[in-house]
Amino acid sequence: MGSLVRNSIFIAVAVAFIYFAGDVFGSYKMFLINTIGIYAILALSYNLINGVTGQFSLEPNGFVAIGAYFTAILLLSTESKIDMYALVDPSPIVLSMHTGSLAIALLVGGVAATIIALLLSLPVFRVRGDYLAIVTLGFGFIIRIFAINNPEFTNGAMGLNDISSSINFYWVGGILLITFIVMLNIIYSKYGRAMKSVRDDEDAATAMGINTFKIKTLAFMTSAFFEGIGGGLLAVLITTITPDQFSFLLTFQLLIIVVLGGLGSMSGTLIATILVMVGMEALRFLDEPNILGLGNEAHPGLRMVIFSVILIVVMLFARRGLLGDRELLDFFKKSKK
Amino acid sequence: MSFLKIDGVTMQFGGVTAIDNLSFEVEKGMIYGLIGPNGAGKTTIFNIITGNLYPTEGKILLESNNITGTKPNKIVYKGVARTFQNIRLFKSMSVLDNILIGFDAQAKYSYLEAIFRLPRYFKQEKFIDKKAKELLEIFGLTEFADSKATDLSYGVQRKVEIARALATNPTLLLLDEPAAGMNSNETSDLADIIFKIKDKFNLTVLLIEHDMKFVNKMCDKLTVLDYGEKIFEGKPADAIVDKKVVSAYLGDFSHA
Repeated sequence: MGSLVRNSIFIAVAVAFIYFAGDVFGSYKMFLINTIGIYAILALSYNLINGVTGQFSLEPNGFVAIGAYFTAILLLSTESKIDMYALVDPSPIVLSMHTGSLAIALLVGGVAATIIALLLSLPVFRVRGDYLAIVTLGFGFIIRIFAINNPEFTNGAMGLNDISSSINFYWVGGILLITFIVMLNIIYSKYGRAMKSVRDDEDAATAMGINTFKIKTLAFMTSAFFEGIGGGLLAVLITTITPDQFSFLLTFQLLIIVVLGGLGSMSGTLIATILVMVGMEALRFLDEPNILGLGNEAHPGLRMVIFSVILIVVMLFARRGLLGDRELLDFFKKSKK
Repeated sequence: MSFLKIDGVTMQFGGVTAIDNLSFEVEKGMIYGLIGPNGAGKTTIFNIITGNLYPTEGKILLESNNITGTKPNKIVYKGVARTFQNIRLFKSMSVLDNILIGFDAQAKYSYLEAIFRLPRYFKQEKFIDKKAKELLEIFGLTEFADSKATDLSYGVQRKVEIARALATNPTLLLLDEPAAGMNSNETSDLADIIFKIKDKFNLTVLLIEHDMKFVNKMCDKLTVLDYGEKIFEGKPADAIVDKKVVSAYLGDFSHA
């Protein structure tokens, strides 16, 4: 069993990295690594519905917001909620929701997102076409507007602060590893094959006995679950959340990562997340004054211009993303032959 | 008793009658031809049998069971599998994976069992993997197992599509123009394979075809359609000398 040895080595290396990362890197770098980890969780799960199943969806910001709010409300203590909710008193439901356990809070966030994904699936996947993109785009806006306009639940535009930060990279890295393995386990099973068949040709998949509605719903719910958990992690990492954090820009950033890594490729997504997030940080010097002989003023935003140009160039050379729809290991298999 | 019975099927799209009160019966183990000029309604009949269309009137009976209007993804479980007029393989997947999709229903493990890699996943995957490889062997496709489906020649793709349909374990196989676009070598190769699998898997085959030589060689019996109406039913050899059939294909010379 070559694959068993290979997988064990991969998991051992990943676990070792998660275990020792905190000792090796400073706190700034750890914050970056944690952020990358969370974005990777979000991008991996986004890739399942968008890349593997081929259903163009713009949902992550909505589910991330749901996960973040549920986790935050669960972790905040009753007293701090009463202190914090300045506009109106918190609703009794919000006050009654409390747990000290990060695991339970994250899980509730994930399950809440999954249930809402199921409710969205029922109408959307009965029809074909681009309805999913439109509905999920609208859904993201609705969640944000709901958060702003219902201060008794979410404290409105002021958001929630001081979410107890007991988080470290064991959590983020561990959940990332689980997400990655779960995604690959799905892809290399009959369900993953069915998802790809729906992407390639829905009529032919139906003629093979695939219940395409069920498969699309499964993929969507799985994506939502991990996006909810990722949202919870994000809330705990940043310790403060406001509705504006979960705008369409978040989805857009994840979309860039997924397309850059290759639609359908989980290892590609992982690599792309690191490249994009590290790249964005590394290019920060461009926003400082006296760069590229552009005079003494600073040019805020130059970073994004350069970053976009790099992205365009990369996509010109790798049309289907860095890894296409294959996994990193597929390349090794090919070269052996 | 007939195996497949098309009973008074009429299909109207708005004001257009695509199929007009069509009835015919296919006996078990037959290769039955469905021919006719373009637009005669042949593929429409396939779409009605496979549940993609619901007929305006009439019934489809499979072994005396009414299967009219069974959903396309459920019809497979009644033992009906089809190929498409323009080959529709799963483009991004390997030949083996394409075949494995056909075995989807036979791999019995749940989503959670797949995620947690429980023993049933391994057992079932091994089982369908073995069956898929056997099927590739029968079709002589073993060497292409890991190739991307769309990298293959047209003739090979056709075979993959038929193999994929067979993977669903059908009793009735619907072939929509299997020989279209093939050269004579590929066509005769295809004919051999259809005969072979028909006997091996105990199939009844309903096929649409334009290539009369192929039809003549393959079919035990055929129905000729023109503008949704049956104009002939009988042996292929009789069809090509039938006046109505000839005039449907070539035009009516009596008024010329």
